[in-house]
Amino acid sequence: MSEVYKIVTDTTLTYKQQFVKLAKLGENTDDTIPYNPLWLQAKEAGMVCDLFEGALPYRPRYIIPDYSILMERGSDFLEIGAPTDLWEAVHALLIMYNHVPSVSSFPVFLGDLDTLLEPFIEDEKQAEKAIRLFMLHIDRVFTDSFVHANIGPKDTKAGRIILKVTKELQTAVPNMTLKYDPDETSDEFAALCASTMLETAKPSFANHRMFKKEYDDGYALASCYNGFRMGGGGYTLPRLKLAHIAKQANSIAHFKDELLPHYVDLMSEFMDMRIRFMVEESAFFKSNFLVREGFVKQENFVGMFGMVGLAECVNTLLNIEDPLKGYGHLKQADDLGEDIIRHLDDLVSKHTAPYSENSQNRYWLHAQVGIESDGLGSSPGTRIPIGAEPETHQQINHSTRFHKYFPTGTGDIYRFDETWKNTPEALVDIIRGALEKGVRYFSGYCENNDLVRVTGYLVKRSEMEKLDRKEAVKNHATVLGQNSRDLAKALDRRVNRK
Amino acid sequence: MIKAPVCKIIPFSNVDGPGNRMAIFFQGCPFSCWNCHNPETINRCNNCGLCIETCPENALVMRANEVFWLEEKCVSCDQCIKTCPNLSSPRVIYYTTDQLMTRILEVAPFIRGITVSGGEAMMYPEFLTELFGKIQEIPLNGLIDSNGFLSFESYPKLLSLIDGVMLDVKATDPSFHKKLTGRTNNDVLDNLHYLLSVKKLYEVRIVCLPGYDEQNRITISTVSQIIGDQCRLKLIKYRPYGVNEEGRKILGNETFDEVLFLEYKELAITNGAKQVVMV
Repeated sequence: MSEVYKIVTDTTLTYKQQFVKLAKLGENTDDTIPYNPLWLQAKEAGMVCDLFEGALPYRPRYIIPDYSILMERGSDFLEIGAPTDLWEAVHALLIMYNHVPSVSSFPVFLGDLDTLLEPFIEDEKQAEKAIRLFMLHIDRVFTDSFVHANIGPKDTKAGRIILKVTKELQTAVPNMTLKYDPDETSDEFAALCASTMLETAKPSFANHRMFKKEYDDGYALASCYNGFRMGGGGYTLPRLKLAHIAKQANSIAHFKDELLPHYVDLMSEFMDMRIRFMVEESAFFKSNFLVREGFVKQENFVGMFGMVGLAECVNTLLNIEDPLKGYGHLKQADDLGEDIIRHLDDLVSKHTAPYSENSQNRYWLHAQVGIESDGLGSSPGTRIPIGAEPETHQQINHSTRFHKYFPTGTGDIYRFDETWKNTPEALVDIIRGALEKGVRYFSGYCENNDLVRVTGYLVKRSEMEKLDRKEAVKNHATVLGQNSRDLAKALDRRVNRK
Repeated sequence: MIKAPVCKIIPFSNVDGPGNRMAIFFQGCPFSCWNCHNPETINRCNNCGLCIETCPENALVMRANEVFWLEEKCVSCDQCIKTCPNLSSPRVIYYTTDQLMTRILEVAPFIRGITVSGGEAMMYPEFLTELFGKIQEIPLNGLIDSNGFLSFESYPKLLSLIDGVMLDVKATDPSFHKKLTGRTNNDVLDNLHYLLSVKKLYEVRIVCLPGYDEQNRITISTVSQIIGDQCRLKLIKYRPYGVNEEGRKILGNETFDEVLFLEYKELAITNGAKQVVMV
């Protein structure tokens, strides 16, 4: 049975899901880019992974348009003028989203929604209607959990309406982040966000001060929890599978001094090739209206250097079998973990990355959340394995050691019991403290909700159950969630309860 | 170096005062209430050793004639407290204030304050004075959850170091209080007036007991008249969870009736209480 035939006859896929898969098959028939056979071998052996980006990239993986330009002057290519009221504003955005490509073909970034819409809020009742229809449209049309909106840091009328509607609609899309800074965000708005998070598993809280410093003010959170420069994006995101690489090591020194440099070199070369092709040959940076009209600038893009499975890597190197006695529980293991990441950062920083003008000409680290096929033996990024999480404050203290190394994204997910719904301000106490201690990104959800955060994205339990019954579901990420639930116990994380 | 027996620490609690707090529970209580949710915190261990026999994990041993708890072996099955004939628990650790501060500093960035509870935390006023002196330096908000049996007026230094007291008023009728708790309530009511006068009363808590409608009404209306708008009144439904067999014989296995509970809210407001919280 051919791959094409399998896709065309698969009843659990929607038309659009088939379409995207078929396009990928087509792309992969090309062999223009002369990838290093050693890279391909390493990929085959499961030491590295290209996250199925395709052989010949025809757009960067993640694109972060600066939508404020659309609000100011519209778009010539799209033939729309600058919006003059709220209806025109949401309409212009919805039109533009359809033209923002990505690895999944869906727009992974929808803009700082509250900031974009606030100038148009007049009649609050009308505004609520407009925003409700806008949010509903996003969920029903951009059927992918990696589609991501930002709000904050300021407390605005638009922000409050977005939260209210989000709570009401209970949709998986869009994913959402609050840019949180206790100096700029009111306590009341932060508590509203926490309360919404307990009802709908979003927004997550991003460390505004930290991102602002790294990205010179203009940044965005998109896809799962990925950080980007505004008006730029991420070219590509392959990853080192540290848990698997560690299994080849005969000592810690062997891992650090030979294996790690070897795979860093291979992956850097792989990224160089893809990025050169994207910038020098593919049409995107030459003719796409997003580039031509200044919504994105090539120099704002960065290559994302991914890693996954630090916990199992460390436990393997230290011969620790019980995850409750290793990484996340033992100082020696945590020290080794940080040492490995520091070393990785150092190796990556020594490589000169092409076309990374605003990123210090280097690749930036990304703690990748894993994919469903990684299974139990490889935890997301630098996270402690699910089921082995220590108490919440210990988990937070642990993560502060690692978050600083990952400007293009990392984060942890915390699960709370029902009582926290009565005390969102208590949850804000935890989050504020965590961010002040150096946590980059904090996600939470309530244990029994239908909407749950799997590794970085949201899915509905009820939709996974639909898939279990072999019915097609709109949201492509549901199948990822189903697999992570079954293969990686992704929904069994520790609950914070009294 | 003074030490005090601590039976439990909850690093993140959202139900022991405002915001996220660390709650520290001390062993030992002068009351023995029918509706006590953790009767194993009433007495100090007398080292009889019966629990050592029944512990399925061998997490309890006798050392120098004292029962010693091996925390790392414990699976929290609660067999020891079911075995104990003395309303006590072997899972108690004697802390110095410095040792407690180490635990507090681990969570300090993520909490708004510390609440001490029990048992009855006021069994250890000198210890608390030393502890809150150190907590104030961080600084964190400090609250004492107390049954009011010991006089706060005798500890002005301690009161000056904390932000408030959450006072349990079990009953205002003296003879019913004696029946319910085994002790009189003169000091509880003195404390209520005194804490109000020095503005250190954060809230008063009243547990509504099934089958004792008249007593519930007396307590709620009396307390409401006294506190008025000066502090919160928290009305708590009796829940059988944790209550021992004798207590359940008297109060039953059902959570307090919802309809009657709502009537009590009206009663509190009619009698002058302004901030009524229902849990």
